[in-house]
Amino acid sequence: MYSKDGEDYYIVDAHIALWDARPENQRNVHGRQFIDCFYDYHRNLSPESEVWGYEEYLYQGGERLMRDVFVDGIVDHAIFQPARLAEFYHRGFGQTEEAFALAQAHPDRLTYNHYWDPRDGENGLTALREAAERMNLRGVKLYTADWHGESRGWKLTDPMAYRYLELSQELGIRNIHIHKGPTIRPLDRDAFDVADVDHVASDFTELNFVVEHCGLPRLEDFCWIATQEPNVFAGLAVAIPFIHTRPRYFAQIMGELTYWLGEDRILFASDYALWTPKWLVERFVDFQIPEDMTPEYAPLTTELKKKVLGLNAARLYDLDVPAHLRLPDAGETATGPRQPAAADLASV
Amino acid sequence: MTALLTDRTAGYLESEVRAALGTVVDPELDEPITDVGFVRSVTVRGSAVEVHLRLPTSFCAPNFAWLMVSDAHDAVSAVPGVGSVVVELDDHHDSDLINRGLAAGLGYRGTFGHEAEESLDELRATFRRKAHTAAMERALTGLLRTDPGADVAAVTLGDLPAGEHTTDALLRRRAALGLPVDDGAPVLLHPDGTRPTPAEAPMALRRARSVRVSVDGNAHFCRGLLTTRYPGSEADQTPRPEDRPLLPLTVSKGTQP
Repeated sequence: MYSKDGEDYYIVDAHIALWDARPENQRNVHGRQFIDCFYDYHRNLSPESEVWGYEEYLYQGGERLMRDVFVDGIVDHAIFQPARLAEFYHRGFGQTEEAFALAQAHPDRLTYNHYWDPRDGENGLTALREAAERMNLRGVKLYTADWHGESRGWKLTDPMAYRYLELSQELGIRNIHIHKGPTIRPLDRDAFDVADVDHVASDFTELNFVVEHCGLPRLEDFCWIATQEPNVFAGLAVAIPFIHTRPRYFAQIMGELTYWLGEDRILFASDYALWTPKWLVERFVDFQIPEDMTPEYAPLTTELKKKVLGLNAARLYDLDVPAHLRLPDAGETATGPRQPAAADLASV
Repeated sequence: MTALLTDRTAGYLESEVRAALGTVVDPELDEPITDVGFVRSVTVRGSAVEVHLRLPTSFCAPNFAWLMVSDAHDAVSAVPGVGSVVVELDDHHDSDLINRGLAAGLGYRGTFGHEAEESLDELRATFRRKAHTAAMERALTGLLRTDPGADVAAVTLGDLPAGEHTTDALLRRRAALGLPVDDGAPVLLHPDGTRPTPAEAPMALRRARSVRVSVDGNAHFCRGLLTTRYPGSEADQTPRPEDRPLLPLTVSKGTQP
């Protein structure tokens, strides 16, 4: 819980990882390139006081994770969203057993989401059944730009992906987190295209599709899809640290998301260990749309911040939020733009 | 004397090569690769030219990387007096593949094999449309800020302030897409170039705004990441052009901006 100015906030970090990018786990140069890319994101967007050394960035381990996220991090509950990256790392990037064991040791604090990949075929379906039972899965993280043998990407609309989505629905894996990375195949089209999310969200209405990084770098395509699909959510991982170096950009991201999706479908996430949650939560609670942008965007209310920081994710994962930290249901419309009266075009 | 002449010629050729590289645009950011610091080096020996490009991450999308590298090769090859041309992309996960394909003249499909279907023309066209949409939003939001009562659906090019950077930028992008540029032409258009009905107008402008926020935000982040990855590369960047003045993105100092 986080408290500021007489307001209490229930905090869910909807995207954390326990990764191992140490040299001994790197399978090839891409393993190094991948973690270097993360480290540059970290260095570029973090306040100076929050920057880690390169060595400690490669691997944190469970003990440090618990300290960073919960003791120092004022987070009530966090959700693992692992990336496999088996072509880049010998034992994968996300450490499945270590993270799952940690979640078992702290069930009130941690939820372990797993991953699946349609290119694993029939065997992968069997493995998903087993994992769902053993891990009591409520969600999965899908990385469509993961490499797999000769393939360097897949789409949610691939026929085999539909089989996995059907099975997810059957197994009660309701929350499908999607990271649209630079998917390489087919190379002809925009690598970050989110159009496939539109199709599956329409076809699997019982599932929630959380698009991580709110579709960045295609915020515009994401917003257009999400406004039409009531079961599409925006994850703020990677978007929220802009609050420090580029607060005016972050204001515009929040303004767009709030306009197109409303305040019930945006989820806070630190993307730990890319960043730590504490400073992000503190900054977000203090954040406001700059005054000179108010012709275009409405101010962010305390209620919106409470929902984004935890209550929205708590709803998706049935987390037991203490009564005094809850809010009455918002009663927003399911689709279409929100807050039209607050936009500059109300009079058009 | 000969050496002096050669130096002078090499210097001249290098500036011509750099000017040619200035015509190569990052389609996603709608900026010349020379402005964002993606040109790492230009070396001229006699008539032989070698250019190295760099990007903000190893995992930048390879299709955009290919477009910039192959456009750079074409632009440099067209400079009078240039003989052999080598253009290489450094430090990318597909550097070997792209550099080999370009050197061998394999083209897009020949380079990427089964991952390439037809061409990157549609991708390029998509981002030209986005560049236009963003320019349109900048012009219209500028107008709305001076005249909040303006009827967005009815605004024509003649209503925009002449000589303003935002107006000129919009006219250039319309011309590039073959859209009308006369004073009576409506400013607000759907991405496909058709005119929204008055009822559709508010949504069309809001969609355009999301495109502009996205393009500007990506441009700022990519510029920042490049300087984190390549310390000192900020010296090779020029500020984002003045035709994008709205809602400027103040950048406070990160750790390694």
